[in-house]
Amino acid sequence: MKQQQFENLYAERWNRFEVLLQEAELSRPLNPLELKEFAQLYRKVCHFHSLAKERRYSSYMVDKLGELIVRGHQQLYKRKTDYRQKMIQFFLADFPCLVRKEARFFWVATALFYVPALIYFIVVLLKPELVYGFLDPMTVIQLESMYNPENRLVGEAREAATNWHMFGFYIRNNISVAFNCFASGFVWCLGSIFFLVFNSLLLGSVSGHMVNVDYSETFFTFVIGHGSFELTAIVLSGAAGLKMGYALIAPGNYSRLEALKRAASIAIKLMFGVIAMLVIAAFIEAFWSSNNLFLAWQKYLVGAVLWAVVFIYLAFAGKQAELPDKTEFNP
Amino acid sequence: MTTGITDTRVYVETPEGADLPMDPAGVGVRIAAYLIDFLIRVGVVVLLSMVLAYADKLGEGLLLICYFLIDWFYPVYFEVWRGGATPGKKAMGILVVNVDGSPVSFSSSLIRNLLRFVDSFPVIFYVPALVCCLCNKRFQRLGDLAAATMVIYAQAQQARPHISEPGKASVPTDFNLEEQRALIAFAERSENLSPDRQKELADVLMPVLKVKDPIKTIKQMANTLVGGRE
Repeated sequence: MKQQQFENLYAERWNRFEVLLQEAELSRPLNPLELKEFAQLYRKVCHFHSLAKERRYSSYMVDKLGELIVRGHQQLYKRKTDYRQKMIQFFLADFPCLVRKEARFFWVATALFYVPALIYFIVVLLKPELVYGFLDPMTVIQLESMYNPENRLVGEAREAATNWHMFGFYIRNNISVAFNCFASGFVWCLGSIFFLVFNSLLLGSVSGHMVNVDYSETFFTFVIGHGSFELTAIVLSGAAGLKMGYALIAPGNYSRLEALKRAASIAIKLMFGVIAMLVIAAFIEAFWSSNNLFLAWQKYLVGAVLWAVVFIYLAFAGKQAELPDKTEFNP
Repeated sequence: MTTGITDTRVYVETPEGADLPMDPAGVGVRIAAYLIDFLIRVGVVVLLSMVLAYADKLGEGLLLICYFLIDWFYPVYFEVWRGGATPGKKAMGILVVNVDGSPVSFSSSLIRNLLRFVDSFPVIFYVPALVCCLCNKRFQRLGDLAAATMVIYAQAQQARPHISEPGKASVPTDFNLEEQRALIAFAERSENLSPDRQKELADVLMPVLKVKDPIKTIKQMANTLVGGRE
């Protein structure tokens, strides 16, 4: 068949398809009849494209039909997701289930984050000057003035607007650290290990020094509240990074690329949880941890409750939904 | 494919049995898109900091949150909810899709954008990304590999070419399909070629055609091939 004949016969159909396509692209919802027509025409146009290519019609013809099917494909396979429903499901069950499923990476990250901290904490307790091995003197002076009980104001430490400033700061700073901790795991886990150990040493040396200069109460009452969410989230971001990097080290039965893709799509779900936890942590840190209206024991009590909440959530939430052969959840 | 390796086009087979033709976007055009986006982001941040300066400490907090969102979620927003292209990409006529040609999902977009940190590591400008792009046929950077996404050219609407020459001429029967297609391509593209270049190309066929004006003859042959009007 000559090209012109072909066009005369079928152009009407692909023109109609293009009209429907444009409407779909402008996100005007198609009615059921149009949807049916769209799907049928799409298959038709795919067929025309193959024919046109096979019969060596002009480039214009083939490219035009090719363009239509690429655009049609985009519309036909667009995922329509009920984000709200998925989010509820994710945070109530899927996220803690996933953490338990990836427990291996979680415990490795936990060890990487807490063991160096503990060691350095003890080291600084025994040899106080070693705090300068990790922190420069200016930082130490700043930290001392921050947690010096004599600088402590009675009542709310800061005005409300300052809290908002700090909230923004924690959001930006902490979530960026978590993102970097995750992403750098790509490099055979090395980046995640670095971020975990580095932050661990920071935590260990500051805690140790605060005990040495006897500011432990101001420091620990501040840290305990948001620590549950913040530290756990950092550990989780490290676990996500390790998961991704480990796929490159030991891809198992897949090619490295395939293993990487699979691991990344799971690890990113951990990161959704990490983002949520860090937002909660920033909120607690900005509005509760800095609040001095409460006595030390009250702050410890609330802190302990928050730790328990995180622990129970990750250990038990969604347990009943956890079936041995549960199909994969894909947001 | 008959195209061999003369271009960078990749084909993705769909469930309908069609081969989606997609042209991966190379490093140059993506750098240009990145720079446009960068300028837009800087512009937005400057504007925001001027406005929020009036809100004192609260403004500072909001500003930091905005920095954070613009740093990490600016590309994600546009890639997922605005047709796969940030303003910079749109301006350069490229967009992000999954390697199977479907629109990019939130997860994939977040993966490819979080991994920018590795792609731009350490300080030197996007060197790992550059190396990675040059090492695979879809020009994927590391983030694209992990997220199974790629950046392709959005197909621009082309004007319908028409063959200006009236009349028809018979085509030698021993021209195979490939050669016939070359005739049509020449006729359709001739509008964009200088007369000298047209002559140069058409003269290649002189030994076969042995006519006075090969340009005219080829166009008329193309008319015959596409079955156009008299």
